[in-house]
Amino acid sequence: MSIIVDSVTKRFGSFVALDDVSVTIPSGRLTALLGPSGGGKSTLLRIIAGLETADAGTVAIEGTDATNLSPQQRNVGFVFQHYAAFKHMTVAKNIAFGLEIRKRPKDEIKERVDELLKLVHLAQFADRLPSQLSGGQRQRMALARALAVEPTVLLLDEPFGALDAQVRKELRLWLRRLHDEVHVTTVFVTHDQEEALEVADDIVVINQGRVEQAGTPDEIYDAPASEFVMRFLGPTTEFEGAVVRPHDLDVFSIAVRDAVRAEVTDVQRVGHEVRLTARAVGTAPSGAQSPGTAVALTRAHFRDLELDVGDTVWLRLAPGASQMTAANLTTPSAG
Amino acid sequence: MVDTAAADTPTAGPTLLQASRPAGSGAGRVTRQAIVVVYLSALVVIPVALVFWNAFKDGLAPVIAALTDPVVVHALQLTLMAALWSVVFNAIFGVATAVLLVRYEFPGKRVLNAFIDLPLSVSPVVVGLSLVIVYNIHDGILGKPLAAAGIHVLFSTPGIVLATTFISMPLVVREVVPVLQEQGTEQEQAASSLGAGGWTTFWRITMPGIRWGVIYGVVLCFARSIGEFGAVKVVSGNITGKTQTATLAVEQLYQNFNQTQAFTIAAVLAGAAIVIISVVATLRVRVERRES
Repeated sequence: MSIIVDSVTKRFGSFVALDDVSVTIPSGRLTALLGPSGGGKSTLLRIIAGLETADAGTVAIEGTDATNLSPQQRNVGFVFQHYAAFKHMTVAKNIAFGLEIRKRPKDEIKERVDELLKLVHLAQFADRLPSQLSGGQRQRMALARALAVEPTVLLLDEPFGALDAQVRKELRLWLRRLHDEVHVTTVFVTHDQEEALEVADDIVVINQGRVEQAGTPDEIYDAPASEFVMRFLGPTTEFEGAVVRPHDLDVFSIAVRDAVRAEVTDVQRVGHEVRLTARAVGTAPSGAQSPGTAVALTRAHFRDLELDVGDTVWLRLAPGASQMTAANLTTPSAG
Repeated sequence: MVDTAAADTPTAGPTLLQASRPAGSGAGRVTRQAIVVVYLSALVVIPVALVFWNAFKDGLAPVIAALTDPVVVHALQLTLMAALWSVVFNAIFGVATAVLLVRYEFPGKRVLNAFIDLPLSVSPVVVGLSLVIVYNIHDGILGKPLAAAGIHVLFSTPGIVLATTFISMPLVVREVVPVLQEQGTEQEQAASSLGAGGWTTFWRITMPGIRWGVIYGVVLCFARSIGEFGAVKVVSGNITGKTQTATLAVEQLYQNFNQTQAFTIAAVLAGAAIVIISVVATLRVRVERRES
């Protein structure tokens, strides 16, 4: 077990950033700390790196108690959201920094830097200054700089947060491939559930200073431990007094077993997806303003059904779909 | 800050720095530019230009004669030495204080912050008098024990250095603080996570990032130091050929109708300040263009 965080608490004034957090991050894997802004995930990462100190609790890295070690003693690679490039040094010098600090022989440094430049596809930019690189290139440089010292763990704080959507997607897939090559234990912080689901081997969901759930992307998506996790991992809607995913609802234009009759109140097309809003009829008390149930279906399926606003449909939860009893439904619709 | 220094030491530094800033367009811009040009001409450009014109109006020979006069040479040397010491002390103290103010939280920080500007807001003559009270050999709190140890501060070089250093104390701090704030702490954190200790991080990451702030502060400090008059006059005793600095020599020579000599020294002082500030401003623009 690589990183063991035990009962860590951190306060900033009266704000509790981390409340008795314990989490174990396995070796050699790519783990995402996922959660909303201000939920404590960056603070946890910075405590693991030694950039913040915990008020209580301990951190162990690869069996060594790191709680009282300074950042430079922990041998962690840290990548910042805004790159933290050494502005006055060339790309090659940036990458060489950790090795020069360690007083490695010149030849060895040069060899390692060349190797890393190739790894992050920046070989032709070795002599440029960071200001002459794009955001994505700067972040790859920062990653190479962190990897240069062969860290025990690699920590990335919202590494793609400052990049535009296209570069973001490219870079996260690249990070996934890089991790498959390098295998260093990696933890990255993100508030983007799609990023976490796409890239990570494991996800730790953190909210309001607590760990909501930890597990593989499938476990977290298919068996959320709380309504918060369910809602945070993707769009949700309310159906039959439960929280479900809009794409987990089957839509029929004729009555089928166990299906609920509903009236289509809105149709919205978003790219390849069609989003219906339907309201259960007959059973719901008249005049109750239920927000309706959102249903997502493919365009092809939608065309087959030949639906329009005002039509009657039958809705049924797909077999095996995750659902959760809603904690505070405003207008429970009796099944 | 910059304005105070420019008013005391006739330099064109701030104007050079602001010249490249984009202005509006049309008649408004022309009017604004005209106002600035007239204002600066009346206050800075014309007076400084006249100093040079007065020095050279009878040709080069009197200027060379003045510059080889032992009294003048000694005064310029003394000023140069006092300014260099002041720069050394204030560079070290200034950077340390700026780091303390920007990177650390401690009780009394606001008070320290306010105190740093004191030397600029208090009249140099008052500074000189306060140094006399502290360092006089009869009943000065520090002067008496120092005299017992054989060190005489007043009416000698240490006093001149002390007064000059005191007067120009805030300049480096005030130039470095904003640069340090803008630099932020992420690069330093990155360095420490890469294994660099505090000292290495300071020299290899922090210093290169703030170097233009430090250099500019040092230049302003030097310019201010060579121009110091009031405080030095009080503590030095103004002994010709011994404790008379360049500015004191200018006043005395001018009052004794040695106008060419007076204007020659004045021109040297003004010229030195203009040259170094121009060089630094040019270099700074070039490096900033490269790095950002």
